[in-house]
Amino acid sequence: MAELYLLLIFMIIAAIIAVEVEDLLSSVIAVGAVGLGLSIVFLILKAPDVAITQLVVEILCLIILIRATLKRDIPFSTTGRWFFNTLITVCFIAVFLMLAHKCLKDIPEFGFPIMRVAKTYLSQGLNKTGASNLVASVILDFRAYDTLGEATILFTAVVGVLAIVRGVGRKKEKQIIREEDE
Amino acid sequence: MIYLLCLCLFSVGLYCILRKRNIIKIIIGIVIAEYAVNLFFILIAFRMNGRAPLFSPDVNITNMVDPLPQALVLTAIVIGLATTALLVAIAMRIYEKYGTFDITKIRELRG
Amino acid sequence: MSREHDKGMTLIVKTITRLTVGLILLYGIYIISHGHVSPGGGFAGGVIVALSFIHLMLAYGKEEAFKRLSKSAASIFESTGAILFLAIALLGFSGGYFFLNFLPKGEPFRLFSAGTIPLSNIAISLKVGAGLFAIFVALVLLKLDSKKDKE
Repeated sequence: MAELYLLLIFMIIAAIIAVEVEDLLSSVIAVGAVGLGLSIVFLILKAPDVAITQLVVEILCLIILIRATLKRDIPFSTTGRWFFNTLITVCFIAVFLMLAHKCLKDIPEFGFPIMRVAKTYLSQGLNKTGASNLVASVILDFRAYDTLGEATILFTAVVGVLAIVRGVGRKKEKQIIREEDE
Repeated sequence: MIYLLCLCLFSVGLYCILRKRNIIKIIIGIVIAEYAVNLFFILIAFRMNGRAPLFSPDVNITNMVDPLPQALVLTAIVIGLATTALLVAIAMRIYEKYGTFDITKIRELRG
Repeated sequence: MSREHDKGMTLIVKTITRLTVGLILLYGIYIISHGHVSPGGGFAGGVIVALSFIHLMLAYGKEEAFKRLSKSAASIFESTGAILFLAIALLGFSGGYFFLNFLPKGEPFRLFSAGTIPLSNIAISLKVGAGLFAIFVALVLLKLDSKKDKE
């Protein structure tokens, strides 16, 4: 599992670069590096469905983020009490990680899951649904209600974005959306 | 030990959400935290010397990884994209109204 | 050389786009239709189809993309996908309960097997693809200038 550790450390370093760099475009590209590393880690962990979906969704997320940061780079300066705030945040995160280390002793060891519900899916999935891709049969036959909920979330997101972009409500009678020519 | 590295990635995202003043940096922090949580789910589902959850016509497979968290994460990834798109739309609206991305200068909470 | 600086990107990008956009669309349809046999499924395939239209819009400008898939067509496709998915779910009542897989199962590893799962994949891909294209069009075409007072 050495490559797994190596990729995780690469992702953490890329995430730290994304957080600390001043230029917005460079930090968006660093987030893209984190997402690509994540897709390779999913392949190593034997999850091909999830790896394909993560790759294409991360490309779309990068396109949307670059659209927002294209021409709006404003330099920032640090205000007073910067050191005190950072110290408090680092202490909080250290406490969080120590408590997490205590709790992580309770879940089963890495590589030996319990799989109490999945045993039924593994033994009877092919007979009951006839699909040879087990993950597809889980999301579209055994747990199809969750997929209905996810379709509703996507619909709500589209309606929300269109409502935000459309502008303020009925202030003026003739208010049209000016379109940008790119 | 590997779970702790995954939670370190989550805490990098958490630090970015708490300490940065630019709205786009906050959105980047949310995206990184979301990647870390999806990674945690798939790490739980892994089985040593397991195979991907796909049947094959000529081989009798007995040791597959857990397919249930993979189904959950598949939905969660697309939901994360919808959330990011909504956040970016709100950030662009805020820029249009206030002229800046700095959250310490956005003080008016009128309707 | 005013024709290539008219709208969209440079000539190199336009030539490559003309070659690859059809392949990307075909690859997306392949992943959707083989969702129950090999990895992929409705979500990844839907995003790939949306990416092919976004690629066309980024390289050529918005008129070319709207000739292939207009705004009203995207909205109709998304609603059709959602209603189709609900209809497949409600038709399960004919067999017994909500979301029952009621079509004949067939033999595994073939394209026409697994009951309602391929139809659900197509419905989900319509919804996801058209919805993400609509989100991208709305975010890109918003004209922004920073005004301090909006009253």
